[in-house]
Amino acid sequence: MELFSKKNKEIFLSPLGLNNPVSVQVLGICSALAVTSKLEPALVMGLSVVIITAFSNVIISMLRKTIPNRIRIIVQLVVVATLVTIVSQVLKAFVYDVSVQLSVYVGLIITNCILMGRLEAFALQNGPWESFLDGVGNGLGYALILVIVAFFRELLGSGALLGFQVIPQCLYDAGYINNGLMVLPPMALIIMACIIWYQRAKNPELQEKSN
Amino acid sequence: MKALRNFLDKVKPSFEEGGKFHAFRSVFDGFETFLFVPNTTAKRGSHIHDCNDSKRAMSMVVIALLPALLFGIYNVGFQHYLVNGEEASFWACFAFGLMVVLPKIVVSYLVGLGIEFIVAQFKGEEIHEGFLVSGLLIPMIVPVECPLWILAVATAFAVIFAKEVFGGTGYNIFNVALVTRAFLFFAYPTKMSGESVWVTTEPVLGIGSANSLVDGFTGATALGQAKGAEGTLETITNAVGEPISTMDMIIGLIPGSIGETSVIAIALGAIFLLWTGVASWKTILSIFVGGGVTAYLFNMWGANPIMQLPWYEHLLLGGFCFGAVFMATDPVTSPRTDGGKCIYGFLVGFFAVVIRCLGSYPEGMMLAILLMNLFTPLINYCYKQSNINRRLKRVANK
Repeated sequence: MELFSKKNKEIFLSPLGLNNPVSVQVLGICSALAVTSKLEPALVMGLSVVIITAFSNVIISMLRKTIPNRIRIIVQLVVVATLVTIVSQVLKAFVYDVSVQLSVYVGLIITNCILMGRLEAFALQNGPWESFLDGVGNGLGYALILVIVAFFRELLGSGALLGFQVIPQCLYDAGYINNGLMVLPPMALIIMACIIWYQRAKNPELQEKSN
Repeated sequence: MKALRNFLDKVKPSFEEGGKFHAFRSVFDGFETFLFVPNTTAKRGSHIHDCNDSKRAMSMVVIALLPALLFGIYNVGFQHYLVNGEEASFWACFAFGLMVVLPKIVVSYLVGLGIEFIVAQFKGEEIHEGFLVSGLLIPMIVPVECPLWILAVATAFAVIFAKEVFGGTGYNIFNVALVTRAFLFFAYPTKMSGESVWVTTEPVLGIGSANSLVDGFTGATALGQAKGAEGTLETITNAVGEPISTMDMIIGLIPGSIGETSVIAIALGAIFLLWTGVASWKTILSIFVGGGVTAYLFNMWGANPIMQLPWYEHLLLGGFCFGAVFMATDPVTSPRTDGGKCIYGFLVGFFAVVIRCLGSYPEGMMLAILLMNLFTPLINYCYKQSNINRRLKRVANK
C-alpha cells in the first residue's frame, strides 16, 4: 500500500478545505469563540487539538477490532482523556502563561465534537495510517480557522500580533482607536460567519439549494 | 414638477438594458421612485395597507425627525457656548451646531447608501428605501464628539450585518440605526460614554468660541450622573454645574446624544407620525406605561441612586422618548398585531428601566428595544396562532 496515495492525500486535504470541521460541519465552535481573542493561545490550542486528534485516531484505529461495540464510547473517552491530560500537563510545565489563558478549554477538548466525530466516523473503520492523516487533517482544519479568527481579533482588537505592536503609534496619535468589540466573543462569531460566507461564495457546491 | 418628469423620461432609455449608463440602473431607479410614485404594483399576494408605498412612508418619518434634528443642531451650539462661558445668539449656536452635525449626516448617508447601491447593483434588484430613515437616525443618536471614521465603520457594519445579510429592508430583525449605536457603544466605549463626549469644547473650522472652559464644567448626561452617583441621588446638573429641573429635561437644553434631548421636539414628530398613521399609538403609549410603572416600582425600592430618580424623569431622560417614538415603532422590527404591539411596547419600557436600574450601563432604551426586536417574530407568531385557534374552536362548536 502506498503511503501517499491519491486517496490518502484526499483524506488529509479535504478537512482543510471543502470538508472543514469548523466552517463546513460547524463543530467545535465553543472553543473557537473562547480562545481566539489573542493569536498565541489560538496557535497553542490548535496545536494541542492536532496532536490529540491525530494520536487518539491512531490508538482507536489500532484497537478498533478489539473494542466491543457496546462500550466503544467509554473506551474512546478514556483514550481522549488520557491524551488531553498529557497535553494539559505539558502545557502547564512549559508554557504556563498560555495554559492559564486557555484555562478550562484544554480540558474541554475531551468534549470537542470534532474528536468524537472523527473517532466514530473514521478511526473505527480505517487503518492506523489513514486515521493518523485524517486526525492531523481535521486538527489542522480546526487550527486554521482558529488562527484566522484570532489574527483579525488581535489585530483589530489590540493592535498587535503575538503580543507585538503592529499598528504604528502615529495612527493612534491621529485618532485611531482599537475596536473593543473585537475582544468580546460576539465578534468571533461574526468573523467566523464571514469566513463561512467567503467559502460558500467561492464554492457553489457548498451552497444549499434554495426552494 | 412637470419639467422634472419630462427630464426623467428623457434620460430613462440610457439606463435601460443596452443603454449607455446601464451600470447605474439601480441608482436611477431609486431616484425615480423616490421622486414619483411608480406606476407598477405588486404582482402576487395582497400587500395593500393604504395608498402610500414605503418610500412615501419613509419620507414621512424623515419629516417627523426634522424638529428633533433642528433642535439638536441648536443644542450642540448652545452647549458649546455655555461651557466656554460665552453669550451667543441663536444663529451663532445654530451655525456652530450645523458645522458639527452636518458632516455626521453626510458620512452616515454616504456610507450607508453607498453600500445599499453596491448591493442593489450586485444583486440586480432595486434600491431599498429603508436607509433613508436609518441614515438620518444614526447621526441623531450618537454623542456629538463621536469621530467621523468611527461613525463610518459602525454604519457599514450595521448595514451589512444587520440588514443586507438578512436580505435588505423589510427582512432585518434588528433596527439598523440601533445596531449602529450598539456597535459603537461596545466597540468604542470611550467615544460613546463618559463625561467628555457630549459637549464640543473646541472650535470647529474657526467657528465657535475660543474662550477657555469655565470652572465646574462636567459633560456627563443627566442619566449618566444619576447612574454614577454614590449612595443617594444628588442634584443633577447641566454642563456648567447648575441644577436642572424637570422642565429643563422637557425643553432639552442639556448634554446628550444629538437628537434625543428635547421632549418637545420629539413630541412634535410623534404628533406628525400619529397623524399620518405611520407610527402606532399603541406601541408608543404602552412603552410609556411600561417604563412608568416599572420606574415607579423601583422608586419604592430605591436601593441605588438611579432607582431613586423620579419615575417621570426616567421617561424624559436617556433617549427614552426618542426611542419610543422613532425606534420602537419601526414597522419592520415591531409586531404587526394590535395586542402584540401593546405587549411589545410594555416590555420595551419595562426592560429599559430594569437595565438602567440593575444593569451596569445607563444605556437602557437601546438595549431594551434591540432585545424586544428579537422577540417580535415570536409575538407575531403567538398572536396569529391564538387567533387561528380561537376561530377553529368557534367552527368546531357550531
